[in-house]
This record gives sequence, structure tokens and C-alpha cells, in this order.
Amino acid sequence: MNTQNNRPLSPHLQIYRLPFAALLSITHRATGVILSLAALLMVCVLAAAASDAESYASFQVHLSSWYGQIFLIGVTLSLYIHLCNGIRHLFWDAGVGFELETAAMSAKMVIVAAIILTMGTWLTALNVG
Amino acid sequence: MAEFSLPVNSIVKTGKIYKAAAGVKNIKRFIVYRYDPSTGNNPYTDTYEVDLDTCGPMVLDGLLKIKDQIDSSLSLRRSCREGICGSCAMNIDGGNTLACIKAISDIKGDIKIYPLPHQPVVKDLVSDLTHFYAQYASVEPWMKTDSATPPDRERLQSKEDREKLDGLYECILCACCSTSCPSYWWNSDRFLGPAALLNAYRWIADSRDDATGDRLDALEDPFKLYRCHTIMNCADVCPKGLNPAKAIAATKKLMVERKV
Repeated sequence: MNTQNNRPLSPHLQIYRLPFAALLSITHRATGVILSLAALLMVCVLAAAASDAESYASFQVHLSSWYGQIFLIGVTLSLYIHLCNGIRHLFWDAGVGFELETAAMSAKMVIVAAIILTMGTWLTALNVG
Repeated sequence: MAEFSLPVNSIVKTGKIYKAAAGVKNIKRFIVYRYDPSTGNNPYTDTYEVDLDTCGPMVLDGLLKIKDQIDSSLSLRRSCREGICGSCAMNIDGGNTLACIKAISDIKGDIKIYPLPHQPVVKDLVSDLTHFYAQYASVEPWMKTDSATPPDRERLQSKEDREKLDGLYECILCACCSTSCPSYWWNSDRFLGPAALLNAYRWIADSRDDATGDRLDALEDPFKLYRCHTIMNCADVCPKGLNPAKAIAATKKLMVERKV
């Protein structure tokens, strides 16, 4: 029966109800992309700071604005999610934490820890700055 | 590159509604994926109103009631109706499971039923698992030994060694896990998927098997094994409560250990 090529593909992402652990897995990848782009931006800022005051100010005016601050908080949160989930992956690489209850718990812990660390970082930064 | 949307010929349209008879009180709506290969039309979903007062407790009971009493053209695989054959694996209420052990009462609202995700569909809920079985065969799931078979008894194994196979040998190859795995959706041409990898590890972990090195060599590949990103959908859906993600991690660990 050579009808293989005409066969439809059954729906997947369209119908699948992804569990929280799977959503966090996608988030891990997304935050990785965000961090790569943010690293590029940081290079630009550093290069501007190394050249002259005017070019640095052209970045500074945006990064210190309200939308720049929201963006940077987002980058900080991405960093901590990626970092905490990276630690979760290290445990997995050691063969630990695969039980469904443990994996669900560690997924929640990653999010809670990332939020606390982000708040801590920004409260410290704003108090010092 | 992963293709996130469905091909044009696979987009699901809306089909017919089969109303329950007048006077039926306890109605549950089954929204079921349909595809008829004889027409060449796109797949669609039909809605069946099922009288739960005259229906068994499981989703499979509902589907068989539909086939018997409402629409005999509905196709699905089923055999044992008690969760050991793996035939009635399908996507119910957004997750993969066996229709025979999924209770209707566990599902709030309408019951949406699709074939196993990201597979070629033969008809309705019957998907083509040829590739899935070929991947299982590719891990050579049989015992390989260097020594001659003992003439007068079985190959013995200590209780401890036998226990290492618990959680591995119970796999019924229903394909719930592999077809729940996004990595498998995007890379099933080269990634073996959780079911085949769990079975590969089942022989790697067997103290009587002498081909451990060869088996690990066969998996040493950027795609076959390492497309597992520990998304954990496999363990989440396994109707036998197995944990392919853990078996895959154990395999990865052995890969590292034999190098250091």
C-alpha cells in the first residue's frame, strides 16, 4: 500500500496540552536565545563605553528609561531562570531527580528561585545606584 | 528545521454532529478526529453525543459504543481493553494514553480524541507506526552473548541484577511516550525517541547481555540519543508508569563513564 505520501500528519503542538515541566523546557531554550542576544547588546554597550561619552550616552538614555529598565529586568529574569534550570539539568546529568513528583517540584523551585533572585538583584542595584 | 504547523493536507476541519436521541439525560460529547483515505479530503472532527447511562466507564467503552450504535465507519485499534496490549494508544484530552484505562469521569467537559501526535494517519484514530517499530528493531532488542548457551539450564541472574530490569521490561510499545515528545516530533527521522531508547537501555542494563559496548557505540550519535532534552513528557504519559527519560539519562551516564 503506497499511500504513505498522501497520508495526513496527525496534529501535535496544535492539540497537545503540555505539562508545566515541558513549558519550562521551552522557556529554558527561549531564555538561552534571549541571553545570547543580550550578550551581543552588552558587547555593544561596552564598546560604546570604551570609545567615547557620546556613544555611551546613546545607549544609556535608552537603558535607563522605563522601557529599558523593564527590558533589563526581563534579561535578569532570563539569566536566573536559565541558571537555575541549568543547575536542575546538572542534577539530571548525574542521574538524580527523574521521578515525576521530583521533576515537577524542581520545576516550580526554578521559577520561584529565579523570581526571588531577580527581585534581590534589582532591589540591591536600585538601592546602591 | 522543525515544522511547527501542519501541512495543508493535514489541517483539521469541522465535521458533523451526531445528536443523542431525545430524552437522553446524561450526555457526554466525544469530539473525534476523522480521516477517510478514500476521499482525499482533509481530516475533520466529528462530534458524537454519547449517553453515559448506557456506556461503560472508560473512553474506549465510549468509542466502541459510537462504533456499534452511532457511526460504524469509525476506525480505531483496540484489543485487550485492560492496558496490556497498547493498541488503543491515542491522544485524549490533550495527552497521550490508552483509551481502555482512561476513565471518562476523569475528563471535564467534552472529550477531544486525536490519533497519536505527529504521525502519518492511515484512517481516523489509526496511525502508521512503521517507522516507530523500525526504530525499535534498530536497537536490536534481543540478548546477545559471547558464551555458549548452558546445555541444562537457563542463563542465571542474581536477584539484584534482575531488579535492574524493573521499570524497563514492562514497556508495551504503545508509542504514547515517543509521540508525546517534542524532540521526537521535530527529529523522528534521526532521534530514536523514548520507547526505542528505553528498550535499548533494557538490554544495556541486562547482566546476561555481552554486547553492552556495541550497543553504546550504536547510540553514540548527535541525534539518536542526544536529542533528548529531558522534557519529561515521556514519563508523564507512560500508561505503565515507566520513566524513559531516566533510562536515557542512565545511558548518557554510561557513555561518559566508559570514557573516563
